[in-house]
Amino acid sequence: MIKILKNLNPYKWVVVAVVLLVFGQSMAELFLPTLMADIIDNGVVKGNIPYIWEIGGWMLLVSAIGAVAAVFASFYSAKAAMGMGRDLRHKVFKHVGQFSLQEFDEVGTASLITRTTNDITQVQQVVIMMLRMVISAPIMLVGGVIMAVSKDAQLSLVIIGAMPVLAIAILLILKYGMPLFQEVQKRLDGLNLVVRENLTGIRVIRAFNREPEEKARLQKANRELADVSIKVNKVMAFMMPVMMLVMNMTVVAVIWFGGIRINNGAMQIGDLMAFIQYVMMIMFALVMASFMFVMVPRAAVSAKRINEVLEMKPAFTDDGTAKADRTRGTLEFEDVTFYYPGAEEPALSNISFTAKPGEITALIGGTGSGKSTLVNLVPRFYDVKSGTIRVNGVDIREASQQEIRSKIGFVPQKSILFTGTIADNIRFGKQDATQAEMDHAASIAQATEFIDQIEGGYAAEIEQGGSNLSGGQKQRLSIARALIRKPDLYIFDDSFSALDFKTDAKLRKALKDETRNATVLLVAQRVSTVVDADRIIVLEKGKMVGIGTHEELLKSNEVYREIALSQLSEEEIA
Amino acid sequence: MSKMGPPHGGANMPAEKAKDFKGTFRRLVSYLKPRRKKLAAVFLVAILSTVFAIVGPKIMGMAITELFEGAYGQLQGVPGGGIDFGVIGQILAILAGLYLFSSLFSYIQQYMMSTVAQDTVYDLRQDVNKKLEKLPLRYFDGRPNGETLSRMTNDIDTIGSTLQQSLTQFITSIVTIVGILVMMLTISPLLTLIAVVSLPLSLFVIGPILKRSQKYFSSQQKNLGRLNGHVEEMYTGHQVVKAFGHEAKSNEQFDAVNEELYDAGRKAQFISGIIMPMMTLIGNLSYVLISVVGGILVTQRAISIGDIQAFITYSKQFTQPITQTANIANIIQSTVAAAERVFELLDEEEEVKEVTTSVLARAKGAVAFENVDFGYGDNLLIEKMNIDVQPGQTVAIVGPTGAGKTTLINLLMRFYELNGGRITVDGFDSREMSRNELRQNFGMVLQDTWLFNGTIRDNIAYGKTGASEEEILAAAEAAHADHFIRTLPDGYDTILNQEVSNISQGQKQLLTIARAILADPPIMILDEATSSVDTRTEIFIQQAMNQLMEGRTSFVIAHRLSTIKDADLILVMDQGKVIEQGTHQQLLDKDGFYADLYHSQFSVEVAV
Repeated sequence: MIKILKNLNPYKWVVVAVVLLVFGQSMAELFLPTLMADIIDNGVVKGNIPYIWEIGGWMLLVSAIGAVAAVFASFYSAKAAMGMGRDLRHKVFKHVGQFSLQEFDEVGTASLITRTTNDITQVQQVVIMMLRMVISAPIMLVGGVIMAVSKDAQLSLVIIGAMPVLAIAILLILKYGMPLFQEVQKRLDGLNLVVRENLTGIRVIRAFNREPEEKARLQKANRELADVSIKVNKVMAFMMPVMMLVMNMTVVAVIWFGGIRINNGAMQIGDLMAFIQYVMMIMFALVMASFMFVMVPRAAVSAKRINEVLEMKPAFTDDGTAKADRTRGTLEFEDVTFYYPGAEEPALSNISFTAKPGEITALIGGTGSGKSTLVNLVPRFYDVKSGTIRVNGVDIREASQQEIRSKIGFVPQKSILFTGTIADNIRFGKQDATQAEMDHAASIAQATEFIDQIEGGYAAEIEQGGSNLSGGQKQRLSIARALIRKPDLYIFDDSFSALDFKTDAKLRKALKDETRNATVLLVAQRVSTVVDADRIIVLEKGKMVGIGTHEELLKSNEVYREIALSQLSEEEIA
Repeated sequence: MSKMGPPHGGANMPAEKAKDFKGTFRRLVSYLKPRRKKLAAVFLVAILSTVFAIVGPKIMGMAITELFEGAYGQLQGVPGGGIDFGVIGQILAILAGLYLFSSLFSYIQQYMMSTVAQDTVYDLRQDVNKKLEKLPLRYFDGRPNGETLSRMTNDIDTIGSTLQQSLTQFITSIVTIVGILVMMLTISPLLTLIAVVSLPLSLFVIGPILKRSQKYFSSQQKNLGRLNGHVEEMYTGHQVVKAFGHEAKSNEQFDAVNEELYDAGRKAQFISGIIMPMMTLIGNLSYVLISVVGGILVTQRAISIGDIQAFITYSKQFTQPITQTANIANIIQSTVAAAERVFELLDEEEEVKEVTTSVLARAKGAVAFENVDFGYGDNLLIEKMNIDVQPGQTVAIVGPTGAGKTTLINLLMRFYELNGGRITVDGFDSREMSRNELRQNFGMVLQDTWLFNGTIRDNIAYGKTGASEEEILAAAEAAHADHFIRTLPDGYDTILNQEVSNISQGQKQLLTIARAILADPPIMILDEATSSVDTRTEIFIQQAMNQLMEGRTSFVIAHRLSTIKDADLILVMDQGKVIEQGTHQQLLDKDGFYADLYHSQFSVEVAV
């Protein structure tokens, strides 16, 4: 939490101003009862009406000063807290932007999103609370005690006696209450889990006629949540009554002992009335301060999660400077080995091959065999452990990531599109692309037909995540986006899966002309997709267990034969 | 659940409104009916506690007056002057008693209310729970799960915390307002006038501020939504953003939205922050006036000094319940909106009621479609479909991805109702038997493997209520799952985690096959797709599936050529419709869609 608060540094003068203003506001608040005591003792008791008006005027002035201070305090506290939130968001977003896929895998995308959004909002909210209320609590507390002592030191002993009682009572309640709150959260998560399972598994549950059991499970989770909620509320039910009781009893004691002091002529009646108000101010400040114990731990959790992100360093640096244009349209793997962070076994080991312009290199193998890992190494989403990858004849570590990636047209497994028009999404590949270039890319990607049909054509808006398009349409746009770059190296990571067979065939035929001067790296599930590749690499458990053409591999490679056999019939293989 | 910490948001946020406030409110109140006695007690205790608390300052004022007069008398040298501590002791004892009872009652009220609130929440959740069972699949397929989930958890939670806190607060606030007004009037009508006049003044000042604050708050909310959307998009599309070198542009966009958010947020917080000081200023204004006017009144002996003390306390307490009621009115509005969403769910159309004129314990496995019409909306996807499957036969369903192959499953399992025609099992109309009985005769192994957070043993046993250990082991063995289960550290007791990510996709499929084997139904529905499974596990899965199909009527979403060729009937689907049906040879001879599909997917020569 403290580390996060350091982000307030640029606003330190603003914060100082807030503290000073809150101080001023508190002073004004504290001064009012004294003035009122003055009115009673010197005005009312003595029947001096002009004096009452005079001090009344002072009271108005003081409270106006207090209000002005409070307004400025609000202005500056909003500025500081929101400014810190803005800076923090900027910092985190920029920092995450430098992450490689490795860090994304480690933290998880969903978690990174929450950390950048909700967690920061949470911290920001607590900072504004702190600036607005928590700062004033100690000032009011100390100020109230000073004023009370100045009114009557002996009577202040009553307050000294009451304060620990109140503090201990609040802390005790929190001590029993807080773990219960956590338990409530846990059981709420439990209920959530059961409901979610019921929703996602609805077909299976009904197919197996398991509704009664599921209903019982839900009921159990519901009961458990209700029970602990009742418990926590019963504990928290103590809070307000106890606070009020301690406060009121203190006042009663003050009147009693104050009465004795007045009887002895040690105190005036107005002072007693002011004293009572100070007691209330002090107690209120104590209650405010106790909220800190609730708020700060909550924000601290968020702060910790944000810090974790900020402290994470990208696994490798981007400091290459070479130009990646030695031999256009080539890709070379030289004895490449790669480990996922923390893994004992390599995800890829000793991969070597060379691809020349106009060639298609296909990767085939089961899940977890390392196909996607291999293609993700080329744009340097991850860094190799040993060996070298060369794009256009240049080691990808010697050129900047930007430079390497500008040579690659990458089509990922999942077609990710962005909010904006269809044209925006295709231009994502080349920001200054002309309409003619877009038309060309769309036509090769077999997207022209559906773009023409869609209302608005290229200007049609795509919703977040492309939810208003079909899987096949998204895939075609994602291909067009890569094509428009006219790159030296194409990577298709299982990118035709959502296309129907006719489109698939047409697309691959059109691609052949388009990629004449480039090299193509293609991940596939189906043997029929790779049969005409210049080179098929068979992967199993991260190792190259075969390399060659379809015919060569059928003859010589057992794993390839196995895969082919499971998909094609005997006569078709031949 | 009661929320701790100072309330925020509240009046500052524009509340969402319910469509039918009155009706929903009434229905929500009906949930409190079974607890009306308790609730009445809660209200009574709450009112008592408030009344005691309100009388307090007046009594305290009496003590002060007593003190003052005693001290004043002493000062004037009146004989017998001096403070009468006997009287003061009595007054203070009464005061202490009042406060004690006020706190006690307030505690009792909260204590009882926690049961009332949480039991109501429990009942509501139970109703939703029971409802889920009766809803047709159409409901679940038609909306994101998150929406239903949020109604069951968040919305009901909102109702709970409102019941716990705001409901009684509402009542005590109103009692407080009335009570204080009465007490103030008994002290001095003139001073009351001064105190009450400050009210419209504060409304006059606060009203416009509140309005602007709401505007900025909703603008803050909107910008926050935009920012979250951008972050979500950029993070999930991280790979693409990097691959196409869009980092700089993405940062630029982020900063622009972030700046707008800062601006809106700063204004919203600033404006909402000046409401309190303004209220305090107005409060102090009337405080000063009361002191001044009160002081004058005292010098004229119109009221006592203690009454001023009491009056000041009252006037300070006066504004708080008023702002509170405004807050609570807002909270109640959003609570009713939440309740409306829950009731909407409870009012959803239920599955067609079962008719159980036929009894079918265990079918032989003959399935027939007779003139079946079906569509999800108004457009029929299936029209006048007729198929006839004999016990033990295999039906292969083929077609490109997204062709709507799950539609057939939905109809066979009666997850959806037909628009026309009928489906029979062993000659009985499937609508004339209970859904339970119908589904008992079907088993399902789908690509979307559903397993729950529990042990592997429990997950397999899901197929059959009360399955014995031997049966479970035998099913696992038959499904080729026994071996991998035994290699896990805890074997059959291994707990599948929440995301079921501690076993592989293929292993999940083997478990679902074991589950189906244990259920032992006469008719099976299978999905052969094994796209995300490694080759070796795929072979296991194939073997297990073959075993499962033996001696059963099977509907297979087919991906393997051998299955298709050997099938007794092939249904070819495209864009949700069954466009062709027949055997492999018949369909090839027809030279239609299937022939096209077959040649392109399975024939090497055509593949470019």
